[in-house]
Amino acid sequence: MSVLVNKETRVLCQGFTGKQGTFHSEQAIAYGTKMVGGVTPGKGGQTHLDLPVFNTVREAVRQTGATASVIYVPAPFCKDSMLEAIDAGIELVVCITEGIPTLDMLLVKMVADNEGVTIIGPNCPGIITPGECKIGIMPGAIHASGKVGVVSRSGTLTYEAVKQTTDPGYGQSTCIGIGGDPIPGSSFIDCLRLFEADPQTEAILMVGEIGGTAEEEAAEFIQSEVSKPVAAFIAGGTAPKGKRMGHAGAIIAGGKGTAADKFAALERAGVTTVRSPAELGMGVAEAAGW
Amino acid sequence: MNLHEYQSKQVFRQYGLPVPSNQVVTTSADAAAAANALESDSWVVKAQIHAGGRGKAGGVKRVDSLESLTHTVGAMLGSRLVTFQTGQDGQPVNHVLIEQTCNIARELYLGAVIDRSSRRVVIMASTEGGVDIEKVAAETPEKILKAAINPLTGLQAYQGRELAFGLGLEGAQVRQFGAMLEGLAKMFVEKDLSLVEVNPLVVTTEGNLLCLDAKINIDDNALYRQPGLLEMRDISQEDEREYRAKEWDLNYISLDGDIGCMVNGAGLAMATMDLIKLCGGEPANFLDVGGGATTERVSEAFKIILSDQNVKGILVNIFGGIVRCDLIAEGIIGAVEQVHVAVPVVVRLEGNNAERGSQLLAQSGLNLIAASDLTDAAQKIVAETGKLS
Repeated sequence: MSVLVNKETRVLCQGFTGKQGTFHSEQAIAYGTKMVGGVTPGKGGQTHLDLPVFNTVREAVRQTGATASVIYVPAPFCKDSMLEAIDAGIELVVCITEGIPTLDMLLVKMVADNEGVTIIGPNCPGIITPGECKIGIMPGAIHASGKVGVVSRSGTLTYEAVKQTTDPGYGQSTCIGIGGDPIPGSSFIDCLRLFEADPQTEAILMVGEIGGTAEEEAAEFIQSEVSKPVAAFIAGGTAPKGKRMGHAGAIIAGGKGTAADKFAALERAGVTTVRSPAELGMGVAEAAGW
Repeated sequence: MNLHEYQSKQVFRQYGLPVPSNQVVTTSADAAAAANALESDSWVVKAQIHAGGRGKAGGVKRVDSLESLTHTVGAMLGSRLVTFQTGQDGQPVNHVLIEQTCNIARELYLGAVIDRSSRRVVIMASTEGGVDIEKVAAETPEKILKAAINPLTGLQAYQGRELAFGLGLEGAQVRQFGAMLEGLAKMFVEKDLSLVEVNPLVVTTEGNLLCLDAKINIDDNALYRQPGLLEMRDISQEDEREYRAKEWDLNYISLDGDIGCMVNGAGLAMATMDLIKLCGGEPANFLDVGGGATTERVSEAFKIILSDQNVKGILVNIFGGIVRCDLIAEGIIGAVEQVHVAVPVVVRLEGNNAERGSQLLAQSGLNLIAASDLTDAAQKIVAETGKLS
């Protein structure tokens, strides 16, 4: 078992024939992801990477039976692309693109919730179930199928978490990059709920960062709803107040969102926290008693 | 992106939010004429910088004569104003706002933000205006009234009434406040704002509402569709290195330490700073070099890091996912040669072809120290820079 995606997941790519869409679709196909086609308006009927190209997501879903879609279109068009995917009946939308206006995401998230659609991202590496399905820009080779559920707001720091759980042989059930934006499609809580219910996942590794209160909310959820061991790291303990640290969501504003507050909330909830990004693997082992 | 108060008030006017009559000047020679155009015999002179705390720092002054006005404006222009929100060097004052005075009966607070938890634009109002609102929120949260805007319906009139009566407004003020909120909500969405603050919003002795101060932050991700606001950008208020970095699509933030950092990915960049601190060092900056670590971009990143005189050593931490580490190593070697980096550079490469990358670094003949893992990298750079001090 795994969460959200597996070897049966039929994946569509929006922005398929563009540079990013092409490169990462090639990587996904090589990894074994069941890519079934792509969408580029105006190029419907063509073949790209030996897969059919469609003008609209609705047509693509009808022809291919896709249930998941990955979006590589530029930020100004992502709202439209996500809403199109939702309207076409896609169940899982993974949006990699960075730089989407916050108010666009506010609307998309509301529509997705109303329609019962899961969005991962935006501004994220994507989601991978090792050995089965890779949707996004993460390097497949560092992953290994296993027992740790990884959920993170970061990109390359997620790869650290993955490597540190692959090297000692724990592996990952599924690894979800929820992204660095202020309004993510899926929250830590959404992912924790999935990992709690997933039999393959034996322990959860959470990688948060400064900004907002998502980690504090996750801590409350863990305390009442999560029985599996959880380890966590929060990036940005040395970040100054009021400065946006690369990610749109990584900012300590109005005195809220410090790493210290998040660490404290997680510790109160019984989460094993680590202060060094080099100890992510050790943290999850300690939490799980491995 | 932030706006100056005078710019924020221009935007306020477009949406019918009442602001005092005012004039902006950039030379003291224009001050008297500007003041005369305002039909007032006393004025408030306000230094325009991108930071709060101006009042206590001497950046807001009331004057009663044209002589005093000209003198005050002259003293502010060209100076650097230091407040609790600026760095120790302060921010340059290139614009001064001259404003009509008014008679204040009450000081209220009005603000709007995007609330990340509820995923709504939330309007906040309080009877505790003119003071630090974060303090009010921490100590007496019940004094902050809130109205969350449903993105599908927009602000409704009842929400304005709830807040107005909650603030103790009466009679015509209730309707005036409702109209203001409508303008505020419309402005927030149409202009892609991330924060609006009116502190204080005053009730005059004549019974009118007036936005005495105005603060606007704009969502950087939406600037591409806000050309009018983008034109209002004042780069004199931005950190020079941070601005230069943006031109190269690099994310750079200055800090106070002496160890420069160059990392790919924002989360890993923050974590690297944290690790340096854990190992006993102090990071000099945050720098996310992004995905394409080419010689050109890495060179520019080195130049920006080294333009900070405090930097005694640099830690490069790259997790090469899909990008090959040997290519990144070549980029780093080229950049170090091109920029003539004289301080020690510790490089940690992880991921695809990392060993080949480390070999290239070792064979380069440059002062590049290869690190085997994250902790090793942080310890090595702390040791190297410790040696120098």
